[in-house]
Amino acid sequence: MKPARKKRLFFIIFLVTGITVAAGFALYAFNQNLMFYFSPAEVKQGKAPVNKVFRMGGMVVEGTFKKEKDTLKVFFDLTDYENTVTVEYTGLLPDLFREGQGIISRGKLNAEGVFVAEEVLAKHDENYMPPEVAESLKKNKK
Amino acid sequence: MIPELGHFALIMALVMALIQSSLPVIGAAKGVSSWVAMAKPIARLQLFFMLISFFALVYAFVVHDFSVVYVASNSNTALPLLFRISAVWGAHEGSLLLWALTLSIWTGAVTVFSKSIPKDMLARVISVMGMVSVGFLLFMLLTSNPFDRLVVAPVEGRDLNPLLQDFGLAIHPPMLYMGYVGFSVAFAFAIAAMIGGKLDAAWARWSRPWTSVAWIFLTLGISLGSWWAYYELGWGGWWFWDPVENASFLPWLVGTALMHSLAVTEKRGIFKAWTVLLAISAFSLSLLGTFLVRSGVLTSVHAFATDPERGVFILIFLVIVIGGSLMLYAWRAPSIRSTTSFQLFSRETALLFNNVILVVVAASVLLGTLYPLLLDALGVGKISVGPPYFNSVFVPLTIPLAMLLGVGALMRWKQDKPARLIKALGPLLVISIVAGLLLPLFASHYEFGAAIGLILAIWITLTTLQGLRLRLANKDYSSQSFASIPRSFYGMSIAHIGVAVFIVGITLTSIYSEEKDVRMVPGEKFVLNGYSFEFKGAESKQGPNYTAQKGHIVASKDNQLIATLYPEKRIYHVRQMPMTEAAIDAGITRDLFVALGEPRGEDGAWSLRLYVKPFIRWIWLGTLIMAFGGLLAATDRRYRMAKKNNQLSEHEVTA
Repeated sequence: MKPARKKRLFFIIFLVTGITVAAGFALYAFNQNLMFYFSPAEVKQGKAPVNKVFRMGGMVVEGTFKKEKDTLKVFFDLTDYENTVTVEYTGLLPDLFREGQGIISRGKLNAEGVFVAEEVLAKHDENYMPPEVAESLKKNKK
Repeated sequence: MIPELGHFALIMALVMALIQSSLPVIGAAKGVSSWVAMAKPIARLQLFFMLISFFALVYAFVVHDFSVVYVASNSNTALPLLFRISAVWGAHEGSLLLWALTLSIWTGAVTVFSKSIPKDMLARVISVMGMVSVGFLLFMLLTSNPFDRLVVAPVEGRDLNPLLQDFGLAIHPPMLYMGYVGFSVAFAFAIAAMIGGKLDAAWARWSRPWTSVAWIFLTLGISLGSWWAYYELGWGGWWFWDPVENASFLPWLVGTALMHSLAVTEKRGIFKAWTVLLAISAFSLSLLGTFLVRSGVLTSVHAFATDPERGVFILIFLVIVIGGSLMLYAWRAPSIRSTTSFQLFSRETALLFNNVILVVVAASVLLGTLYPLLLDALGVGKISVGPPYFNSVFVPLTIPLAMLLGVGALMRWKQDKPARLIKALGPLLVISIVAGLLLPLFASHYEFGAAIGLILAIWITLTTLQGLRLRLANKDYSSQSFASIPRSFYGMSIAHIGVAVFIVGITLTSIYSEEKDVRMVPGEKFVLNGYSFEFKGAESKQGPNYTAQKGHIVASKDNQLIATLYPEKRIYHVRQMPMTEAAIDAGITRDLFVALGEPRGEDGAWSLRLYVKPFIRWIWLGTLIMAFGGLLAATDRRYRMAKKNNQLSEHEVTA
C-alpha cells in the first residue's frame, strides 16, 4: 500500500471507530433516559410501572385541589374522563395551574397508587390542553 | 388603507422574488449579461417592498387598528408602545414577516458588500436567496397573511401574551432570525458555487465573514432567549433542552463547525466537499428550526399559536430545499478534488476532529429532538427525552472538544511536531490540572465535576494566551508588535476565552446552585447557602395592564444587608393570565433569585422559591465574549483588503 493510501485508511478507521463509539454511547444514554407517557386510565389498568419515572397528563378535577397546612404539599386528582389518579406534589405550582386545566406531570407511582410528581407543567395558554390528553379524551368519547 | 398597502407590497415582494430567483441565474448560465445585471436592483426592490410591508404592520399596531385580525389578537389599547412594536413578531404571521424581511435584508447586504465577487457568481447567489424568499412569501400569502381583515373591528384587542411583554423577548426573535437567516448566505454561496461548477477556495473566503456575522447573531439570539427564560419564566433555569431551544442550538452547532471548516477550506483548499455539506446543513437546520417552532408539532412554551396545515407547507418546502441541495451536492461533489495534502499531526486534523465532535453533538441533539416526534407521528407510542439524555451526551463530548481547542489553535498547518507542542503545552497542562483540582476546595463542598470544568477552562485560557505569546515570539512587547497580529487572530483568541468563561459558568451553576421552595409567614427567615432571606410580606400594586401582588424580601449575609428583593405575581387584565416576575440580585460570583408562588393560609403566608446561583452570569458573559470575538474575526482587514484590490483591478480593466 502506498503511504498516502495507508494514511487515508488509518484516518477512516480512526473516524469510523470514533463515530461508532460516540453513536453507541449516545444510543445507550438515549435508552436509559426515555420517558414514557401514560394516561390515568392506563395507570389504573396497571400498565404504568411502580417506582419508575414517567409522565402522566390529564385535567385537574374540579374540587379536588387540597393544600396541606404548614407545608407546600398539595393533592389533586387528574382525570382523562375515564379514570382518575390522585397526584401529590410538593413545591411551587406553575402560574397557569388551576382546577379544570389540562396539565402534564412527571413523577413516580407509589405503592398506594398515588402519583408523586416531581414536576408539574401547565402550558402558557389559557385554552391549552396537552395533545396527549386531547387524544385520550377523543378515544374515550368513541 | 395602510394594511392593504402592506398586503400589496407583500405581493409585489413575491413578484420581485420570482424574478430574482430566475432571471439572474439563467442569465449567468446562458451568458445574458443584462439578466445577470438585474440581480442587484431586483434584490434591492424586493427589500424595499418588504420594508413597506413590515412597516405597514408596525403602523397597524401603533395606531391600534383592530380591524386587522393579527393586531386584534395580539395587541390592546393598554399595551405600552414598545410591546406594541415587539408584538409585530409576537405570533405566527408577524414572525414570518420578520423572517422574510430578514432574508431580504441579508440579500440587500450581499448586494452592497460584494465588490470582490464576480458578477456571475453574485447573480447565482442572489437567485438562490430569491428562491428561499419565494418559498417564505408564498407560505405567508397562502396560509398566514398578517394583513387579513375582520369585517367588524372589535373595540378592544385580545392583548399580547403577557409572557412576551418583556424587553428581552422584544429583541430575542429578531436576533435569532438574523442568525438563522444569515446562514442562508453561506448556503447560497455554496449552492451558487455548485451551480457554477467552480468549488474553489474563493467561495470559502467570500462566505467566511457572512457566516461569522450570522453566527454572532445566532449566539446573541440564543443567549438572549436563555437569559429571558431565566428571569421571566420564573423557573430560574437557563437551558431546558426544550425542543425549541434545541431547534436553535442545532444550527449553532453546525454553524460553529462550518466556521472552522471554512477556515481550513480558505487557507488550505481542502475539506471543500465537507464544507459545502456543512453550509447546506446549517441552513437546513435553521429551516427545520422554523418548522419545528411554527408547525405545531411541538408542545412547548414557544408554540403559542400553531396550525398543522401550515406545518405541511413548511415540511414540503423543507423537503424541496434539503432534497434539492443534496441532489445538487451528489451531482457535483465527486468532481471536487483537494489540491493539497496534509500530515496526520497538523492543525487540519485538529479542526477535522473539532468538526466531527460538533457534528456528533448536533446529531445526538437532533436524535433526542426528533425521535419522540417520529414515534408519535407513527403512532407507536408517546415518549419524551428529558434533560438527562442531553446532559449525558453533551457533557462527555464537550471535554475532548475543550481539550482539543487548546491544542488545535496552537498547531501548525500542514505538519507539526509533537515534541514542539509538548514543550509548549506540557507545563500548561500540569498547571491547569493542579489549579483545577485545588480550586473546588474553596467551595462549600468538593465536587469532582467542578474540578473537571475548571481544568478545562484554565487549560483553554492558558493555551490561548500561549498562542498569543508565541505569535509575539522574537518580537518585543511594543504596541507595534501587538498591532502586527491580524485582527482575526485576536477574534479567535477572544472567542476561545469566551468558551472558557462559559464553561466556568455552566459547571459552577449546575453543581453549586441551591434551590428551595418554602412556605413563609411575614417575618420568617430562611437561610440558604449562607444567605438569609427574610420575608416581610406582600401587598397589592397596580401596573398599566395588570394587577400585582408584590412581595418584599430582605436578603442578608452575616447580618450585612445584601439586597431588598421585590418579586411579583401579576394578573394581566385582558387574558386574566397570571405571571410570575422573579426578583434577582445579580452579581459576578452569584445571583440571588426569588420568585413568588401563591398565598398559603390566613396568616399572610406565601409560598416562595429561593435560589442561590453561583457564577450564572458567566454563562451569558461567556457567550457575549464569544460573539465579540466573532465580530473581530468577521471585520478582519483581509476581507476589506480584498474589496479594495478588486476595485483597483476593475478600474484597470475599464482603463
